[in-house]
Amino acid sequence: MAFVSPNITAYAVEATEFPDLARRYKVTGVPKTIVNDDVEILGALPEDAFVEQALDKFSAGPRQ
Amino acid sequence: MALISPADQQKLQEVFADMTRPVRLLFFTQTIGCETCLQTRQILDELPPLSDKISIEEVNLILDADTAKAYGVDRAPAIAVTYQDASPASAGSSDAPSVWNDSRMRFLGAPAGYEFISLVQAVLLAGGRPSALAPESRNRIASVDRAVAIQVFTTPT
Repeated sequence: MAFVSPNITAYAVEATEFPDLARRYKVTGVPKTIVNDDVEILGALPEDAFVEQALDKFSAGPRQ
Repeated sequence: MALISPADQQKLQEVFADMTRPVRLLFFTQTIGCETCLQTRQILDELPPLSDKISIEEVNLILDADTAKAYGVDRAPAIAVTYQDASPASAGSSDAPSVWNDSRMRFLGAPAGYEFISLVQAVLLAGGRPSALAPESRNRIASVDRAVAIQVFTTPT
């Protein structure tokens, strides 16, 4: 996703090495995805659902 | 001692052979208080021998603070995946400064276990492999009109 859009930066965070981040985002299970400190997605989702949930708040204009 | 088995080395060599663009992994490190920096360096050092398109550049979080800031990295170990455009024209002019483009793919923590697979995928993507995303997903992603940071938390398995 980061590679497709210049507006997106993607971080793969190893939770056990950064307990402060894991605490801040209340990571109790993995994978857990945090988007702009605002959206959280638990577990793995199908691609279309993941893209929709991750980006819904961050794009303007009418959706298809 | 190699961390990657000979069989896996051979497999990686084969997939890396399809790369069309040079990829450089910026390895953000710090001397003190980084338990997994050495392990990360050891893992990364195993990649360049498998492909002449892959290189590693070490960036000290303290001494190279400007670079770290430019990539938005404030902890170690971290990896930023960068790449060069494949342009045959520039191959002849060796005096041209090499520009490394930011793929905006980052890894925080040692890329061990499953994260290593993710790192390899990121290298291949930056190295020219077409995106595996569906066209609908790509359209949706292209409509993002502000800065978005996606953090995926994982654990080593």
